[in-house]
Amino acid sequence: MEISPIIRIEKLVKKFPMGKSEFTALNGIELIITRGEFAGLVGPSGSGKTTLLNIVGSLDVPSSGEAFVLGRSIGNLTTKEAARLRKENLGFIFQSYNLLAVYTVYENVEFPLLLLNYSASDRKKMVMDSLEWVGLADKIKSKPPQLSGGECQRVAIARAMVKKPSIVLADEPTANLDAANSHNILKTMVTLNRELKTTFLFATHDDKVISYLRRKIFLLDGNVDREEIKPN
Amino acid sequence: MKLAIRLAYRNLIGAGLRTWLNVIVLSFSFVIIIFMKGVMIGWDNQAKTDMTNYEIGGGQYWYKTYDPFDPFSLTESHAPIPEEFKEEIASGEMEPFLIVPGTIYPQGRLQSIVIKGINPRQTLFLLPSHKLDTITEAIPAIIGSLMAKTIKASAGDQLTIRWRDVNGTFDAGDIVITEIFSTNVPAVESGQIYVPLEKLQSMMMMPGEATIMTFRDSEKNRPAVDGWTVKNKAELTASVDKMIKTKSAGQTILYAILLLLAMLAIFDTQVLSIFRRQKEIGTYIALGYTRQQVVGLFTVEGTMHAVLAALLSAAYGLPFLAWMAKNGWTMPIDTSEFGMAIAQTLYPIYSIGLIISTVLILTTVTAIVSYWPSRRIAKMNPTDALRGKLQ
Ligand SMILES: Nc1ncnc2c1ncn2[C@@H]1O[C@H](COP(=O)(O)OP(=O)(O)OP(=O)(O)O)[C@@H](O)[C@H]1O
Ligand SMILES: [Mg+2]
Repeated sequence: MEISPIIRIEKLVKKFPMGKSEFTALNGIELIITRGEFAGLVGPSGSGKTTLLNIVGSLDVPSSGEAFVLGRSIGNLTTKEAARLRKENLGFIFQSYNLLAVYTVYENVEFPLLLLNYSASDRKKMVMDSLEWVGLADKIKSKPPQLSGGECQRVAIARAMVKKPSIVLADEPTANLDAANSHNILKTMVTLNRELKTTFLFATHDDKVISYLRRKIFLLDGNVDREEIKPN
Repeated sequence: MKLAIRLAYRNLIGAGLRTWLNVIVLSFSFVIIIFMKGVMIGWDNQAKTDMTNYEIGGGQYWYKTYDPFDPFSLTESHAPIPEEFKEEIASGEMEPFLIVPGTIYPQGRLQSIVIKGINPRQTLFLLPSHKLDTITEAIPAIIGSLMAKTIKASAGDQLTIRWRDVNGTFDAGDIVITEIFSTNVPAVESGQIYVPLEKLQSMMMMPGEATIMTFRDSEKNRPAVDGWTVKNKAELTASVDKMIKTKSAGQTILYAILLLLAMLAIFDTQVLSIFRRQKEIGTYIALGYTRQQVVGLFTVEGTMHAVLAALLSAAYGLPFLAWMAKNGWTMPIDTSEFGMAIAQTLYPIYSIGLIISTVLILTTVTAIVSYWPSRRIAKMNPTDALRGKLQ
């Protein structure tokens, strides 16, 4: 596999205003993620996992230091450029699924493709492919409130994967799921990572997730504490 | 934009009952405003038509001292009918009126009146003047229903009237009421009686004299005649315009209240949406929208209420408006007491312009009201929105 840094983080600091003072959530992170990794930010609550994932996802900006995603410096993007980066290259999976409740499964998965102006026939094919991957092709007409949590998260995965993004960012994707559903979803993601070469970056403290990670990046108090790489 | 419309439509329909409540309130505003405006236009139209038919024809010549609002001017306001008018009068295209002050004695009471001499064979006005074309001992007279009510007279009744002729001599005589007519024009009914013109001329000892002339054809070129002033239709109906304007001003307050209610509902929905749908807003942003685009989406969504309201209004409003235009709107109160030209049943008139402008104005206001609270989204922090933690 070609080793190219898809995410490069240098001396990244993130501070949040807290009353009159500031709270340092990330304190000089150094990190390189290469294409095709299946990596996770692991650490206790409050260690800065979500904060780092949000910056990589261009939903937030560094206070200082640099975060390069696909060669682009997150801190220097305009809001339009950041939106474009998310639209074209990033997929998000959230703890609470964040599906659009009034849309059907099909429409939820179709949404990112509408933003990318795919033709109707392309959209149909891509949505159906994506729903095949997560095994929900028979539920296209259902709406999220009618689905189980595991099914919802699978729809969310399909939505994140449908445009074949370079990077998928998943923040506690299994926190609301039982063990069986968690394993099911993680296996799906491992398969997608292997077949589509999509880079996965997790933020988690769930042991089930951690057991699937090929690279564990341990965060502690806003710093990378240590790393573990699973030998193939 | 096309995508925003598509998404907004899905969201609105998805929101269900709440959307429809807003749409119904808004559509009431559409229909009521168009209806009320249509009634005003219909009223204006009807009042002017009635005035034309009963009072002013295509315009008038007034003897220079005549002032309908000054009863004392009447004594002096008469002159021989000018030669220039004789031809039109002979062909029935112009009708002279002699108007003089007098007194009537209903049930022993005394009441000042205006006596109008009218040609019994005239065809210019819808007044039943042919009922004056009769030979009776008493002077034949017709009166309006309003007048009949005030003097408590009915057809066939005889009453005494008194007048002062051209030399200032008082004289008296009996009239017999040969017809009571009813119009929507109080100005031709209240405090006046109609008698045959020639009879009045001889009573007053003013043979061949008149106070005003009414002509049928407003387009015709007529020479300026010394001592007589032309009053065109626009001048004579100015009072209607003024009345409609006053009424419209009162209605504007009603529109404002209706609009305010509808807009409050939309505003409330928008504010609540933005508060409750933070996660959704965050999701749109994560999926590649800019915050400005989300503001746009919410604005389109709010504005679409007006579009749906217009469609709903078309569904039930158009038949209602059409039915009203055909059958008229009968006022629940006795309009003869109003003292102004108004029929018991008004027929609203709606123009395409009225409908389009109402829809456009309401849609624009809805768009502004939808946009206003949505601007907040542009200031949201996407990560906070995603967590749904904004207050
Ligand atoms: N918008 C914010 N304003 C102020 N403080 C914040 C904000 N976001 C995060 N923090 C703080 O930064 C620290 C790191 O938060 P973060 O959400 O990244 O932790 P985490 O590792 O994801 O924790 P968890 O496992 O509980 O999700 C926390 O102490 C948190 O309180
Ligand atoms: Mg977190």
